[in-house]
Amino acid sequence: MSQLRLDQVFARCAQENRAALVGYLTAGDPSILQSEALMLKLAEEVDIIEIGMPFSDPMADGPVIQAASERALEAGTKMHDVFAIASKVRRANPNIGIIFMGYANVPYTLGFEAFAAQAQAAGVDGALLVDIPAEESAICAKIFKAHDLCHIMLLAPTSTEQRIALAAQVGSGFIYYVSLAGTTGAEMGAIAEIKEKLSLIRKYSNLPICVGFGIKVPEQARHIAAFADGVVVGSHFVSQITSNLQDSVAMVEALSVAAHAMSAEMPRAEVA
Amino acid sequence: MYNLDIQHAPDLGGHFGEFGGRFAAETLMQPLKEIEDAFFAAWADPAFHAERMDLLTNYVGRATPLYHAKQLTAEAGGAQIYLKREDLNHTGAHKINNTIGQALLARRMGKKKVIAETGAGQHGVATATVAAMFNMHCDIYMGREDIRRQAPNVFRMKLLGANVVPVDSGSSTLKDAVNEALRVWVASCEDTYYIFGTAAGPHPFPLMVRQFHTVIGQEARAQCLAQAGKLPDVAVACVGGGSNAIGMLHPLQDDDIRLVAVEAAGHGLESNAHSASLAKGRPGIIHGSLSYLLDNDEGQIQPTHSISAGLDYPGVGPELAAMFASGRLELDSATDTDALVAFQALTKAEGIIPALESSHAIAAGMRIAASMRPDQMVLINLSGRGDKDLGTVMDALGFDKGSAL
Repeated sequence: MSQLRLDQVFARCAQENRAALVGYLTAGDPSILQSEALMLKLAEEVDIIEIGMPFSDPMADGPVIQAASERALEAGTKMHDVFAIASKVRRANPNIGIIFMGYANVPYTLGFEAFAAQAQAAGVDGALLVDIPAEESAICAKIFKAHDLCHIMLLAPTSTEQRIALAAQVGSGFIYYVSLAGTTGAEMGAIAEIKEKLSLIRKYSNLPICVGFGIKVPEQARHIAAFADGVVVGSHFVSQITSNLQDSVAMVEALSVAAHAMSAEMPRAEVA
Repeated sequence: MYNLDIQHAPDLGGHFGEFGGRFAAETLMQPLKEIEDAFFAAWADPAFHAERMDLLTNYVGRATPLYHAKQLTAEAGGAQIYLKREDLNHTGAHKINNTIGQALLARRMGKKKVIAETGAGQHGVATATVAAMFNMHCDIYMGREDIRRQAPNVFRMKLLGANVVPVDSGSSTLKDAVNEALRVWVASCEDTYYIFGTAAGPHPFPLMVRQFHTVIGQEARAQCLAQAGKLPDVAVACVGGGSNAIGMLHPLQDDDIRLVAVEAAGHGLESNAHSASLAKGRPGIIHGSLSYLLDNDEGQIQPTHSISAGLDYPGVGPELAAMFASGRLELDSATDTDALVAFQALTKAEGIIPALESSHAIAAGMRIAASMRPDQMVLINLSGRGDKDLGTVMDALGFDKGSAL
């Protein structure tokens, strides 16, 4: 079901000759209630929503998402709140993709079984755990499969052909290609290099490929949308919250505008 | 692929039983593999060992002595206490055993730049020292709180030519310095080598750091046999991440010796202010490996406390975790107060000022010795000297700096 739903999302986008827009926010940022409103708004604008599970030590994240995680935890966000938000987003949007993104210790401590069961019940399609690379995926692979949760793998500029093959083997849902060697929110890598790496990945995997990390302005999104199956925007959306922390209404509005602007860049130009 | 003279090697993925592994972000997987390959190639190369041993002997000052602490023995009352004097290494702690090894490796790999995290500043100083000697650019990541606690070491690193980069995220201590160093390394791994400071983190660090520190236990074992004509009954080491402990205890694990790891109990194991990840934690995943750690029911890493910055860490190396889980490793702990008492006891009894980290091992070692017979023997790893801690101890003992006499 979850792979099917994600497949349908990408198929729909392909039919409309556009890339899928994947939007990230950290659950519980800046408060549980506000986060719910923000997620519901973002879900209207994107094809796949990536719900960040806040973590005390987000090692792969830049300052923007680190701060989001800190705000969410300070607001008292627990995993049951994260599941509840996912569940509400799903009820309002039966057809979009919903994935969790986070760090291994949170689901590990909850128990992968309990985590996967609750994610499934909330209508989540997949999970991306930054510090569970393909080599360590056995720790949760069977459980995710049993709960129909796609296991989304990351690939990076440093990934060798051998590692690409391995990720293709264990991953499902889609492949998340990190456009640069760095943390979230840094400067995007060179388009030509990203394009080249995507062709290499396509030799090993039929999964859709979404490109993320460092996409901040619509023009960058347009370049990536021209050849990737999806474009992931995270820090740029989170920073709409950061710049409007004192005003809940303006926060949602700013996010909506930012998401809309990105969404407008997804269609691919007609090839003459 | 593994060199056969590496004892108790983890599996090919770096797992010690259920612990360890390489739980790292994708971007770091290939750089880690490159370090692993370079390490095994170096380890199999006699020229690497020759250069390493030459530096350990003529630069660091190894072998460090084994000292029969008769006055401390009398004070504890019981078993004979022997101290492995890692405090006499160049830079004042065991940490340089590891930084020499990794800097040689970085040079073999053609890296011109090194980065490191530091808590107490001892690993930072040891890294800045080898970077100065090898003429490498060096950035040290250190929590703002630790910079405050360890000002002399910060100045030492600066004198050695390193940049000390303050880390303000999270609790501004060692774990946050590791996070930040990892973030920086992700973006710079092409030309930068990360000299990880303890036997934790993703494979191959736990194995490699252990290998560079086993010289401690190997020397101590031979020195015990030479001086006392026998092996100790108990070996004791303090544990933060666990590098001095694994270096001391690993080479003794096949002998009939009780192995004791002493964790920092801070304000007490029943308080929430300690760093006892083995005694009070549970398995989890942080900083690239699966091991014991201190977290809450939601998997969020919890703030830790110890009077010694070097033990103030919520995790522990995976090999120690495996030795603990299998029952081979005994646990003990010492509070901030225990450490301060032991700090003064060793200073007055033997004229040796220990690091606050090592003072935890002294405290537990004296307690253990007191419960034993005089014909028995306790070996304690004195992992570092205490000069860096004088400010902390002055504050803790209420010493008025304005009227020094």
